Amino acid sequence: MVNVIKMNHVSYKYEKQNVLEDITLEVPKGAFLAIVGPNGSGKSTMLKLLLGLLRVQQGSIELFGQDIRSFKHSEKIGFVSQKANSFNTGFPATVFEVVLSGLSRKIGLFRLASKEERQKVLNVLDSVGMLEFRNKNIGELSGGQQQRVFIARALVSEPELIILDEPTVGVDAKNVQQFYDMLEELNKELHITLVLVTHDIGVISDKITHVACLNKHLHFHGDSRAFNALNENELSSIYGHEVQILHHHH
Amino acid sequence: MISGLFQYEFLQNAFLTGIIIGAIAPLLGVFVVVRRLSLIADALSHVTLAGIAFSLLLEKKLGVLSGLNPLYMGMGFSVAGALFIERLRSVYKHYQELAIPIILSGGIGLSAIFISIAHGFNTDLFSYLFGSVSAVTRTDLWIILGISLFVIVAIRLLFKELFLLSFDEEHAKASGVPAKFVHFIFIIMVALVIAASMRIVGILLVSSLMTLPVAASIRIAKGFKQTMIYSVIFGEAAVVGGLFLSYYLDWAPGGTIVLLSILILLLSILYKNIRLRIL
Repeated sequence: MVNVIKMNHVSYKYEKQNVLEDITLEVPKGAFLAIVGPNGSGKSTMLKLLLGLLRVQQGSIELFGQDIRSFKHSEKIGFVSQKANSFNTGFPATVFEVVLSGLSRKIGLFRLASKEERQKVLNVLDSVGMLEFRNKNIGELSGGQQQRVFIARALVSEPELIILDEPTVGVDAKNVQQFYDMLEELNKELHITLVLVTHDIGVISDKITHVACLNKHLHFHGDSRAFNALNENELSSIYGHEVQILHHHH
Repeated sequence: MISGLFQYEFLQNAFLTGIIIGAIAPLLGVFVVVRRLSLIADALSHVTLAGIAFSLLLEKKLGVLSGLNPLYMGMGFSVAGALFIERLRSVYKHYQELAIPIILSGGIGLSAIFISIAHGFNTDLFSYLFGSVSAVTRTDLWIILGISLFVIVAIRLLFKELFLLSFDEEHAKASGVPAKFVHFIFIIMVALVIAASMRIVGILLVSSLMTLPVAASIRIAKGFKQTMIYSVIFGEAAVVGGLFLSYYLDWAPGGTIVLLSILILLLSILYKNIRLRIL
């Protein structure tokens, strides 16, 4: 089976500081991978590399079996960022307009959306349960609702892989569970490969198929059952002082 | 004024220019405001003044460029200033707003020097600062019409990309929007529209035409398209109303247009507050 993501001995430096060292990782099609690690462990850098926002310095990355430097199918990849710092909540755009913007790449430069494409937006909004909010301004919604809209924006271009960067920051606890249930559906029913950076490892341990623990180096990468069996000493060595946060959820 | 409109070419020029500017300045202004670049308009208008002063200086001292519309040099300076701001913003990554006072003071400084070398100009500089109905020539009108066509076509063609870039820059880049190219076109458009609006509202007030109608519209509009439509309506109301008022009361048109814009802004805030209280 083709790997959706294949990282081969990837290292990355900001100026002289090593942020990622020698990362090798494979994500098979249909996987639900959680990337965990303390702050400053290089998680965001890794996502930025995968999204093409940073250029590979050392090693190589393949997406859908193609080298990332010649990869031209960004519509195959959806991206949901950390809500809190990704947009200005006073922005005058309706939910419909935000989701439509997810089709930009598919529609292509210099063109406007067709009727079919607008219908597609309505269908996706319906599937995430946000259809009735389509004419509301995005800033009027709660954090959880906004995040559903951003999932819809990622889904509308029918991606095969969705990358999520701590998507539940700023979402209240009650809606976090719902949000992860929705991700599970996308993974199991639509067979979309998911890569999720998160701190909520306890909440999702029964939904994910793979775990990667990152702290500059990749400490562990296997299926999630193996992760649950990891003993405390191993977790401490990965997380250092933050180990209690992790156990709190278990 | 209605009868004057049929009689006097200068009134026709001012009026037609006003109608064009009243639409494109707020239209582009929507993107300027949501990208939090409102002050860039101010900085560029001062650079435009330097360009105009330079053109008038060359004409007076050297006799070259006589007959050449100072608007061209103003546009040139404005575009150069815009590119320079972009350069500075990437140099001072963590203090991007620094680019604005640097360019703004640079623009005023240059203007002051050009004006002093020339020992003043015959042309009424006052009309460049605060706008004038009688100063708009037929050539100005054609130049402004050309700029407007460029801006409208560019916004139409790059609408999706401009929207995405304004809403969520990181997402735009990740989804393959040619961010640098789109931003470059955008900043050129801003520079050109500022140079074009200057004739009617004047250098000191140009940025208000890009920001005030948008500020009013953002309070009451639902969504981005509606924000654009209301901004243009408010912009037109302020410009057309302001030109009529300034003609009859013999006030500077720039000032009248700006005060009308502020009145519209206050009304939209009031309207929103009343609606919130009723609902």
